Amino acid sequence: MRPILRSLWPPLLVLTVVLGGWQLYVTAAGVDPTTLPSPARVVEQGWLNRQDLWDQTLPTLQETLLGFALSFAAAWLVAVLLDFSSAARRGLYPLLVASQTIPIVAVAPLLIIWFGFGLLPKMLVVTLTTFFPLAANLAAGFAATDREAMRLLRSLGAGRWRTFRLVRVQSAMPYFFAGLRVSITYAVVGAVFAEYAGAEAGLGIYMQAQKSAFRTDLVFAAVAVTAALSIALFGATYLLQRLVLPWERALKEDRSS
Amino acid sequence: MSSLRIEGVGKSFGQLEVLRDLELAVEPGEFAAVIGPSGSGKSTLFNLVSGLDRPTTGRVLVEGEPAGVESGKVAYMPQKDLLFPWRTVLDNTALGLEAQGVGKKEARRRADALFADFGLDGFQKAYPSQLSGGMRQRAALLRTVVLERPVLLLDEPFGTLDSLTRTEMQLWLAGMWQRHRWTVVLVTHDIREAVLLADTVHVLSPRPATIVDRVEVPLARPRGADDFTDPDFASTERRVLDALRGTTAVRTP
Repeated sequence: MRPILRSLWPPLLVLTVVLGGWQLYVTAAGVDPTTLPSPARVVEQGWLNRQDLWDQTLPTLQETLLGFALSFAAAWLVAVLLDFSSAARRGLYPLLVASQTIPIVAVAPLLIIWFGFGLLPKMLVVTLTTFFPLAANLAAGFAATDREAMRLLRSLGAGRWRTFRLVRVQSAMPYFFAGLRVSITYAVVGAVFAEYAGAEAGLGIYMQAQKSAFRTDLVFAAVAVTAALSIALFGATYLLQRLVLPWERALKEDRSS
Repeated sequence: MSSLRIEGVGKSFGQLEVLRDLELAVEPGEFAAVIGPSGSGKSTLFNLVSGLDRPTTGRVLVEGEPAGVESGKVAYMPQKDLLFPWRTVLDNTALGLEAQGVGKKEARRRADALFADFGLDGFQKAYPSQLSGGMRQRAALLRTVVLERPVLLLDEPFGTLDSLTRTEMQLWLAGMWQRHRWTVVLVTHDIREAVLLADTVHVLSPRPATIVDRVEVPLARPRGADDFTDPDFASTERRVLDALRGTTAVRTP
């Protein structure tokens, strides 16, 4: 736990300084809370409205997780396809890159038109925002497998599938986790954004409603919840990595000793 | 029947001629070393013997059959130990068997049976990062030997080790060979290593490579550290060195 604490206190210190400055400024200058509420007010009002916030968090979390699960499955499927077929690599990869230039701002409302105000269009927005970093990193990871290792396995008569299973998947894991961390930070934002475009419930629609009611403090409270969700998911990837790659710890302990 | 017979083998990649009219034979239970200047096509020769590549001309026969990955007659130990960090030492040594389709349990059982002999007992559950360089090479050799293929092909197996560990490993391998009498083809650029370990040292010329000399090592078996100071050791080293220098001298304009 020690190293976690050690890496945690510097950002916490910065955060404290920023929030302290903000609090001082708002109090000293007497800023109208509908323009900029003080952090203390955000916390206070957020706490008073915790039931409401919690009720809006659940649908957002659900969209995030389901959308991310879909993205996860699609990324593996596509990355494996790219790895096995050079035709797919040539035909598909440039299009995948090009797809990243499509603004989600334009697509999200279309998804609502096509699929309604339910869960699916939100899931799809999350999938669209998170799919690429996952798939691209995974494909790069497969491709980065040691050539000598491939040669060794081939000399032993192992076929494509067996070399994939024995070496390529494991070789790709560090890349995969790098991609996972990038994309999971987009996931919550993707869900919130999708709700902005039209939803019945969720943090995105909640922010919009509170903004219209000049409850800036509650907008900030919702933003804080979003950030907390992202950080929690981000942290979960490290936990997952520990479980999936126990050998990495052995490696680190060795290097530090 | 020879374990390995290379008959008039040539190999070109486009305009680049790497091997030319190469002849080499290794008998069962023989330890053969192939030594050559760097860039002389040692790895090309390797690919041909392990069956990863086909010769342009001539034939490579392993126990009378054309070399091929499918025939499963050659076990290849690469220069890098290629132990995978995510596998325990036991699982790494079982990898070769798994790669050729043996079930995980059976592969582990067979690899485990050799751990004591290879001085690795107790390290089955360790990760490769926790092993010393010499132990890693022993594990890599175990992974190769456990396949029980008729020919062992070792590609500069100790090339990445420091000098002290390398000598230690060479002596260790000499001892292991004494007990097991594997048929070995060792590719190296270390003359001392070749002379200490091999029955016959085949000297390669620079590209296009061919065998320019075949030096029989007169030292008795078993061999050990004492052989380093044997006059025959020095004179054999000298012969190999002269053969190597002769090839470069001829080619240097």
